[in-house]
Amino acid sequence: MAASPSSPEQNDFREYARRWLQENAPPPPPERLPMSPLEIMTVGQRNYLQDWQGQCHAAGLIGCDYPQSYGGGGHTNFQPIANQELGHARVPFMINIVGLSMAAPTILKHGSEEQKRRFIPGALSGGEIWCQGFSEPGAGSDMANQQTMAVAEGDNWIVNGHKVWTTLGHFARWMILIARTSRHHKYDGLTYFLAPIAGHPGVTVRPLVKMTGESGFNEVLFEDAVIPDSHRLDDIGKGWAVAMTTLTYERGAAESAGGTGGQSSDPAQGLIELARETQRNGLCAAADPVTRDALMQRVIAMEGLRQSARRARVPGLCDHPMRLPLQQKLLSSENHQANARLGVEIAGAASTLYKLDPNAPRQGYWPLSYMASYGNTIAAGTNEIQRNILGERVLGLAKSK
Amino acid sequence: MTSEDRAPVDFGFGEEEEMLRDLARKFLDERIPVETLRQLVAPSPVPVYEQGEPPAWDRSVWEDLVELGWAGLAVEEKEGGAGVSMVGIAALVEEVGRHALPSPLLACLACSLVLRSADSEVARRRLGQIAQGTPAALAITPGDGSWEPERSDIQARRVAGELTLDGTAHFVQDALKADFFVVTARLNDKLLLCTLPADAPGLSVEQNHIHDLTRDQATLRFRQVRVSPSSVVTDDGAEVLRRAWPSLLVLASADLCGSSEWQLQATVEYAKNRKQFDRPLGFFQAVKHPLVNAMVEIDRARSLLYHAASCIDAASVEAEKASRMAKSAASDAGAFISDRSVQLHGGIGFTWESDVHIFFKRSLHGQVLWGDGIHHRKKLAEILIDRDG
Ligand SMILES: Cc1cc2nc3c(=O)[nH]c(=O)nc-3n(C[C@H](O)[C@H](O)[C@H](O)COP(=O)(O)OP(=O)(O)OC[C@H]3O[C@@H](n4cnc5c(N)ncnc54)[C@H](O)[C@@H]3O)c2cc1C
Repeated sequence: MAASPSSPEQNDFREYARRWLQENAPPPPPERLPMSPLEIMTVGQRNYLQDWQGQCHAAGLIGCDYPQSYGGGGHTNFQPIANQELGHARVPFMINIVGLSMAAPTILKHGSEEQKRRFIPGALSGGEIWCQGFSEPGAGSDMANQQTMAVAEGDNWIVNGHKVWTTLGHFARWMILIARTSRHHKYDGLTYFLAPIAGHPGVTVRPLVKMTGESGFNEVLFEDAVIPDSHRLDDIGKGWAVAMTTLTYERGAAESAGGTGGQSSDPAQGLIELARETQRNGLCAAADPVTRDALMQRVIAMEGLRQSARRARVPGLCDHPMRLPLQQKLLSSENHQANARLGVEIAGAASTLYKLDPNAPRQGYWPLSYMASYGNTIAAGTNEIQRNILGERVLGLAKSK
Repeated sequence: MTSEDRAPVDFGFGEEEEMLRDLARKFLDERIPVETLRQLVAPSPVPVYEQGEPPAWDRSVWEDLVELGWAGLAVEEKEGGAGVSMVGIAALVEEVGRHALPSPLLACLACSLVLRSADSEVARRRLGQIAQGTPAALAITPGDGSWEPERSDIQARRVAGELTLDGTAHFVQDALKADFFVVTARLNDKLLLCTLPADAPGLSVEQNHIHDLTRDQATLRFRQVRVSPSSVVTDDGAEVLRRAWPSLLVLASADLCGSSEWQLQATVEYAKNRKQFDRPLGFFQAVKHPLVNAMVEIDRARSLLYHAASCIDAASVEAEKASRMAKSAASDAGAFISDRSVQLHGGIGFTWESDVHIFFKRSLHGQVLWGDGIHHRKKLAEILIDRDG
C-alpha cells in the first residue's frame, strides 16, 4: 500500500530502493534460515543476516528516518517506503529486531545525546545485536512485578536477577533491561538500563528450547554484574514509563522505526495454492466447499488487516485514535495463527511430517508455522492482555487488573 | 490480494464527505434518538406482530431528508441530485444504520444506483423524480432467496407490440413506502428492466409479516401488467444490475456497520454502568473480551466497506471482490455483536422494553439482505480460486 500522497523525493527513493534491492539481493544463505529473527540459532545464520542488515543500512534502507548524527538517513517517512520495498523484494529479514523496533526508538526518545550517539548507530546497522530483558519467572503479564535488583554503588549499579524468554540473548551485545531500584514502590521503583551482555562478567546466557525444537530465546542470569550509571536510560524510578515506550513500539502501536521486511507477501494466496496442489479423496482440495469457505474467510481477514492499516491513516474514519493501532498486534498474530492452522488442515496427513522428512510439503512449513505462531500470540504482551488494553483504553470498560 | 488498485490511499474520504456524515449524525441524533425510535416503531408488539400493521415511519423526517438532498445523493447533479461519491454515501448510510432509521432512503439509493448504471433517457427521468423525493423500491428478487440478480420470477411478453408482465417479485424492500418500482423481468433470453407505478393496474403489493420493525417488505404480484414503452429502462438489465451490484452491497454493508456500532456502544455503556458482585460488568473478561472481539470484527467490516466504496468511485475492477468481502464481513460482524448485545444485557436485553431487540432485528434482516456471508464467500471463491487461478 502506498504511503499518503508521495512527494517527488519519496517517489525517487522508492525507485532507488527497488533498484538497489534488485541489484543487491543477497546470495543464498550458507545454511537454512529460520522463519523469523526469533529462532536464529547458529553463528553461520547470524553472520549472514548481520552482513545483510549492514548492507541495507549502508544503502540507506534502514534507519532512513533517524538523524544522520545517530547513523540514520535524516529523512521523513522514508522508512515505510523502504519496508514495503523490502517486503516486495522477498529478501531476508533484519536480524536486529529488538535493536531496530525497540531499543533504538526508546533511546531516541529517552536517551542522553551521548547515549544516542553511542547506541543507535550499532542498532541500525546490526553491528550490535540487542535483546530485551523485561520478563522474569515471576513477572510475565504482570510485568511490574520485577525482582531483578539494581543497587547503586558509586558510579555503578550492581545487578542480581533472573530474566527469561530473552530472544537473541545468545548473540546480544546489549540488553534493554528493567530492574528494581526500590522495593517500596511497585511501579516507581523500576529503572531502565542499557546493559552489557556478551562477555560481561556476572552475566550468564543459557538457551531455552521452544516447542518447535528450535532455540532462539534464553534465560539470562545476573550475578553481581556491574553496570555503569552512564548506561541508565532516563531517571531513576522512571523505568515503567520508559518500558511503556518500548512496548508501544514493540506492539506496533507506533510506526515501527526500522525495517523488518523480507517475509513472503501474501499468505492467503499461498493457502489457495496449497489447496490447488492438494488431492483429497481423489478430489482437489480447492473444490471442497468447506475448504473454499475457510479460504475465503482467510482472504477477507487479510484484506481487512490491510484496509484497516489504510483506514488508520484517515482520522475522519476512526472513532478513537488508538482503536485501530492497538488491534494490530492482536490481529496480525491471530491471522498468522489461523492461516497456518488452515494450512495444516488442508495439507491433511502430510502435515504430520517434520521439516526434515523428504516428503514434507513446503519443507514442513504449515505445521511449523502453526506452532511458531503461539510465540506471537504470547510474546509482546499476550493477546489476552491486549484485549484488556483494548477494552479498557478504547471502550472504556472497568480495569480487570 | 486485492488492495493494489487505483483507489486513493485515503479512500477519497475528504472534507465534503466528512461534513455530510457529521451533518447526518447531528440531524439523526436530533430527529430520531433511540427513545423516539422505540416509541415510533415498538410501542408494543400488538400492531405489527399481532395485527399485521405495516411498521411505522415518520414521514416528516423523510420530508426533511428530501429537503436536505439525501434522496438524490446517488443521482448526478445534472439530473437534479447531489452526485455524492460512494464513499460519502457509505458514510451517511452508516449513520442511518446507527439510528436504525425507518425511511424509504435505502430503497431510493438502491434504485438510483441501479438506474444510474443504465445510461438511458427513461432512467434519467426516473432519477430526477427520486432526487425530488418520489420514493422508489427495487423489485428484482426471485422467490428462492437467491439474491444474485440474473434471475427473475416475472415473465415479460410482447404481444402485438404491447409489453405485459406476469409473475412475482419477492422480498421487495420498503415496498409499502414506494410510489414506483424498478422491476426486472425475463424477456426471451434477456432481462428487461423497467419502472412501474405502485398503483399500476394488475399489480398487487402484498405486505410481508416481518420481524424487523424498522422497514417493510412485500411480495409484488403481476397479472397482465402493462408496461408502456416510456417505462422501459433497458433490455440489458442483467448487465446494468451486474454493474450496480457492488454498490448495493456497499449500501447494505454500511447499514450493518452502523447498526453494529450502535449495538457495541450500547452494550459497552451497559457494561460500564450495571454492577454485579460489586463491580461493573465490564470488569469481567467474559464480558470485556467478547466486546473487544466484536469491535475488531466491526472494524474489519468498516475498513472493507470503505475499500469497496472507494473501488466503486475509482471504477476499479476490484469493486466486485471488495464489495463481496465487505458484505461478508459486515454480515458476520452484525451477527456476532447482535448475539452478544442481547446476552450481555442479561434479562433486560431479552425484553420488548429494551432497545436492543430493535437493532437485533434490523441487523438480522440486513445480514441476509442481498446475500449473507456464506453466499458472498462462495461467489468470491469462484473469482479467486476458479477464475484468477
Ligand atoms: C517467542 C517468545 C519470545 C519472547 N521474547 C521475549 C524477550 O525477548 N524479552 C522478554 O522480556 N520477554 C520475552 N517473551 C516473554 C513474553 O513477553 C511473556 O511470555 C508474556 O508477557 C507472558 O508472560 P508469561 O509467559 O509469564 O505468562 P503469564 O503472564 O503467566 O500468562 C499465562 C496465561 O495467563 C493469561 N493471563 C495472565 N494475566 C492475565 C490477565 N490479567 N487477564 C487475562 N489473562 C491473563 C495470559 O494471557 C496467558 O494466557 C517472549 C515470549 C515468547 C513466547
